[in-house]
Parts: sequence; C-alpha cells; structure tokens
Amino acid sequence: MRDTSADSDFDPAGYGPAPISACPACIATPSAVERARAAAAEASARIMLSVPDAHCALCIQTVESDLEKMAGVKSARLNLTLRRVSVEAEPGVTAQDIAARLTGIGYPAYELDPGQLSMTETDKQGRDLLMRLGVAGFSMMNIMLLSVAVWSGATDATRDLFHFISAMIAVPTVAFSGQPFFRKAWAGVKNGRLDMDFPISLAIVLATGMSLFETFNGGHHAYFDAAVMLTFFLLAGRYLDFRTRAVARSAAQELAALEVPRAIRLVGSGEETVAVSDLAPGDVVMVRPGGRIPVDGVILAGTSELDRSLLTGETLPVFAGPDLVVTAGAVNLTGPLTIRVTAAGKDSSLHRMADLVAVAENARNKYTTLAEKAARMYSPSVHLLSFAAFGVWMWITGGDVRFALNISAATLIITCPCALGLAVPAVVTAASGRLFRKGLLIKDGSALERLAEVDTIVFDKTGTLTMGTPEPVSLDGLSREALEIGAALGTASSHPLAQSLAQAARAQGVIPAVLEDVAEVPGHGVQGIWQGLRVRLGRANWVGAEALDVTAAYLSIEGQAPQAVAFADRLRDGAEEAVAAFRAQGRKVILISGDVPGAVGELAARLGIDDWRAEALPEDKSAAIEALQAQGHKVLMVGDGLNDTVALSAAHVSISPASALDAARVASDIVLLGASLAPIPEAQRVAGKAVQRIRENFAISFGYNIIAVPIALVGLASPLIAALAMSVSSITVALNALRLK
Amino acid sequence: MEVLAVLIPVSLFLGLGGLLAFWWTLRRGQYDDPEGDSQRILRGDYDDHPKV
Repeated sequence: MRDTSADSDFDPAGYGPAPISACPACIATPSAVERARAAAAEASARIMLSVPDAHCALCIQTVESDLEKMAGVKSARLNLTLRRVSVEAEPGVTAQDIAARLTGIGYPAYELDPGQLSMTETDKQGRDLLMRLGVAGFSMMNIMLLSVAVWSGATDATRDLFHFISAMIAVPTVAFSGQPFFRKAWAGVKNGRLDMDFPISLAIVLATGMSLFETFNGGHHAYFDAAVMLTFFLLAGRYLDFRTRAVARSAAQELAALEVPRAIRLVGSGEETVAVSDLAPGDVVMVRPGGRIPVDGVILAGTSELDRSLLTGETLPVFAGPDLVVTAGAVNLTGPLTIRVTAAGKDSSLHRMADLVAVAENARNKYTTLAEKAARMYSPSVHLLSFAAFGVWMWITGGDVRFALNISAATLIITCPCALGLAVPAVVTAASGRLFRKGLLIKDGSALERLAEVDTIVFDKTGTLTMGTPEPVSLDGLSREALEIGAALGTASSHPLAQSLAQAARAQGVIPAVLEDVAEVPGHGVQGIWQGLRVRLGRANWVGAEALDVTAAYLSIEGQAPQAVAFADRLRDGAEEAVAAFRAQGRKVILISGDVPGAVGELAARLGIDDWRAEALPEDKSAAIEALQAQGHKVLMVGDGLNDTVALSAAHVSISPASALDAARVASDIVLLGASLAPIPEAQRVAGKAVQRIRENFAISFGYNIIAVPIALVGLASPLIAALAMSVSSITVALNALRLK
Repeated sequence: MEVLAVLIPVSLFLGLGGLLAFWWTLRRGQYDDPEGDSQRILRGDYDDHPKV
C-alpha cells in the first residue's frame, strides 16, 4: 500500500483535515477535537481498522484471538457487518502495528480515522431513526388491532371508543416518528422547493387531523392506522437509505487518518517544523528520504531519486540532483534534499489540480437520479389530484366541506408514496450489500445508476492495472553468491528496485551475505565490501554495466562482469479478467497512462487493449474523458493516482482501489476494497440489474395507484382499502428488491 | 362486552412492553452487528461471559 497519509491540503471535496468530525461545531473548534483525542490517548486508545476480507465465524475467532495475544491489546472485537475491527489498546500500540499484524495472518487491514466523533455521530443518527421506526411499528400494530375490530363491524359507542384509543396512540406517534419528514418538508418549503417530503407530511398531517375531527364527531371513518403505517413504511425506506450511506461514508472517507502536512524549514542555524500552508516562496525546506515533497521548488543541494508515480504514472524513480525543478507530491527515496520553494499553497501544482477537480465535480453534480425524476413528476400531480377531488366534490355535494375534505384526504393517503419511498432505498441497499460482500464500497447512491449506464471504460496503468511495484522478472541468471550479495545490498536501500530484489531473494530462501561498510550513494545505488571485494547494486553507469532498454538494476562484484536484473511491474490480480469481461460485453476499453509509450504499449498488448495513450498529463486524461463524453459516451474511470483525480471527477462514474491516494478515493464514487480488479465487471452487471429493479418498482407503485386512485376519487375508499393498498404495494416492492441477484 | 375493559388495557400494556424491550436492545447496541452476532451464537466461547 502506498503512503496515503500526506497531501491533505489536496482537498477537492472539502474532506480535508475536517472529515474527522461530522458535527459542524467541531470543525469550528478544532481544539475541542484535539483535546478529546488527547484525553482518549491517555487512558486506553480505541483503534478502528477496516478488514475487508473478514466474512465468517472463523474470521472472528482468528482475528480476535490473534489480536488479544498481541502485547498491549486489551480487547478486540470484529464487526462482521461493517467489516471492521475495534481494538482497545494501551497508548503505545499504533494502528500501523495492528494493521501489519492482521496483514501478516492473511487479513489485509486499513487504518480508519481514530477520530471517533463522526462514528458516534453516525451511530446516534442511526439509532434515532431506528427508535422512531420502532415506535411507529409498535403503534401501528396496536392501532391495527383496534382497526380490525372496526372493520369487522363494531358500531356506535364501541367504534367511537376504539377510535379514541387509536387517536391516543396515533397522535403522539405521528408527532414523534414523523419529525424527520416534517423537518425536511419545512426546510424544502422555506427554500421554495416541493420534494417528496411535502406530500408525505401533508398526507400524514391531513390523515391524522381528519381522523381526529371524525372521532370527536362520531364519524365512521378514521385513518389513524393509515397515518401511522405510512410513517412506518417511509421511515423504513429512510433508514435503509441512511444505513447505506453511513456505511460507505465512514469506511471510504476515513480509510486513512489524515494528518496536517508539515514541512521542515531551514532557518539560519537550525531547522523548524511548520505547516505547509505557512511556507512562502523563497523559503528553504528539507525533505528526508521517504518524505513527500510538500511544495514546488528547485533542488539546492543533495542527490536522490524521486518516485513520481502518483503524479505522473511513471513506474521508475527518476534521478534528482541540484537545479532540478521538482513538483509537490513526489516522494523522495534515497537521500536528503534541500529545496528552495518557488510556489507553495494555492499556487502549487497540487492546488491547481484541486481546482480542476472542483470544476469537474460541479459539472457532475447535475446528475438527476431516477428517484428525483419520479418525485418531480409525482409531487405536483398528487396535489393537483387531491385539490381537484376537493373542488369537484364540493360542487357535487353543494358545499359539504367535511365530505369533500374526506375524499381529498383519502386520495392523498392512497397515492402517498409508500412504495415509492421504498422503491429506491430497498434496491440500493440490496445491491450495495451484494457489492460490499464482493469488496466494493458504493460511496454514493446515484453511483449505481450511473455505473449501469457505462459504455466506455478508461483504465490508468500504474497502481491500477498494475500493482505499481516492480518485481524481478527472473532470478535464474544470478549465481547463488550473487543473490546473497544482492539480498544484502537490497535490504540496505530504500529504493523500490533494491527492496524488491531483496524481497524476491528472501522468498527463495536466500540468506543475505555478510557485508561491511554498506553505504547508500544517493541517486546512484548502494555499495559494500564482501570478503574484501567491493560490491555494488545500482544504476548501470555507476556500476559500470551496459544499460539495458528495460527497467533493471545492476549488480557488480569486483573482478567479475556486472550482471543485470530486469524488473517488470506485476499485473494486478483480476486485471486480465476485468478487461476481458468488458471486451466480451462489447464495451470500449481504453488505457491512458502518464508512463512512457514502451511500457504502456507492452501492457496494452498483453491485455488486448487496442486503444491506448501514453505520456498523458493529468489535464490530457480529463480532456480525453470529456471528449468521449461529448460524443455521448458514458465513461467509467478506474484510477489511483494524483494524476487521475481530475479524470476521476470528470468521468460519469469512477472507481479507485483502496491502495489509492486519499485524493483519488475522495474523488471516486466507488472504492475497491480488495486487491483484485475482477469484481468491477460484476459490479457493472449488478448495477444494471439494480436499475432495472428500481424501474420495476416504480411501475409496481404506479400500477397500484392506477387501481386505487379512482376508488378514492369516487369516494369508495375506506380505511381498510387504504391500509391494504399501502401494505401490499410496500411489501411487493421490498420483495422485488430482494430478488436482485 | 365487559371483557373489553380488561383486554384493551392488557393489549396496550403488552405493546408498551414490546416497545420498551426494543428500546433496551437498541440502547445495548444489539443491532450494530447482526451478521457477526449470527455467527457468534454458534460458538461456545462466550456462553458464560458474554463479550461486550
């Protein structure tokens, strides 16, 4: 996994250092958050990790018992529903330690934000909704019990008594459980909008009010059961909707703890640590090996190698020495660098990219979901119908307000979007549950609908189709002792090729040779003394070898001819299947990378992708996607790097792997939790099915209305018919959603 | 019909009891991990001391 901890100043959607907390007040007073954190850290820290591969009873046992054996861990509990482990540990234990341990026993784990605030906030909201749902449910059952007696023929005093008792239960219930709808409807009215919540609130209030009036006047029909049932079914839809979003939000956006990016500024005598935002052009900063360059600038002193893969998609580190112009976001690999700042903060290239992302996001937010389209048609027509019924019956009965109002209320109740309110949430919950089990996190409900429309897929290369880490093609060409020396030298360096060589050697059971005077020569390689001979691992010209035209590291032993070890970037699991599946479905697959043409072309040929572009800048990627969309294509972008973020936000829908940079994950709609790409075509198929189910559900609720509305309009609707129509349509819709395979 | 005077309070009382039970389970976090709990019930580890 890549280093995802830096770059929170790159913050396209405002998730920056603030996403730790969901409460606005906490954002306003960050010190409160810090204080809470510090207090929590002193006693025993609770650490949350996402464990996407946990799925069974055995997983619970393995994970929990293994963690509890770990030093400093007090208790561990795995939540299988959220695929999350919550660990209570002594202050010394860090999330990285636990993640490493879990990864070691075969459960890759990712750190979640330790700021507990947002999680408890989400929990509170969920429990609040569930409580309202529960109250509505129990009231509904009790009122229904009394209603059955009325329907089966209770008359006069008995009926009135039953109506009174129903009123006593229904009025407090509606006042309590209906609040989410009333609040939203009121907010909508204040902003001059009529959304789904307005007819819902109107129907609930009108039904309760009319029934109260009828009860006090000894009337025949009371709709208390309908009013409470309506609240119950709609709250169920609301709760499903909420849960889908809560699960996705907490896991995707809090996947890695964000830290305020800091830089080491050199001043006069010494160095000081400052926030990146405080840097000004002209300052001199120091970047240690392993650190990310925080600003645009020019190297003053030091030699090293830079990993620019997240910025440009290049797999290979590039040499860096004095006078080289560097851009923010690159990772310094081998030696310390001193850099003079030329642009920081708002002017840096990172920030310009963030601006582009914001522009692209705005363009995409215009997408209207099926539910919104339905609500837009539904709300006005229902109100019109109800008003028309009132007017017509006033005219027919010659001014009987009570009768006309009764008909009008019955029309509102019967057309009320019980099924409509469940139609989308039920399907989205079923679909995201299915996809979650396959390792995909849907961050946004409308992403499913957009994914279903996709006809073109654009892949990034480095880190997406490939793992982004080079591996030796073959170690067979090396003698045993050369391998032992290579392993020893590789271990001593932080260069990715060296590390990869050491790892591959270790995997073959090679024991590293004993070397003396091992030293890294920044920008060139690493050298040491073996049995009195000088040995080197590094660049061709430094080692004294002929450079090959493939990625390679060179190993020399004094007195012997240097040997080359060729490296290739390993294909990500499932990449071949994913590309093949999309091609089999007749969809267009395009590969756009920032890497050199040779590497991109070779990979494209291997995967059978005809349409590929190399050396693409971030702007080129998004321009290519916009051009495709201008031709009417719906593009799915799969990418992981900083250079992909603009393209990810410009695309119709986007996916990024969990190993991607924060910014890329924030910009994408769906996060791939596992390492394999194979679930993507499957996700696309499920999304297509889900949209089909949503449409079917709309058709079902529309069908019920076509039958029930005329009955209500002619004044034949009784509370029994309203209750039947409502429950049957809601249950049909929910069952239809569960059919999703 | 005098029996109604007994039955209606009883039904209301039972309904209220159910609601209180629901409220209690909700407060105890019993809906936080339905999938995990359905697997945990098959294991003997916590029979004597439930794990919180």
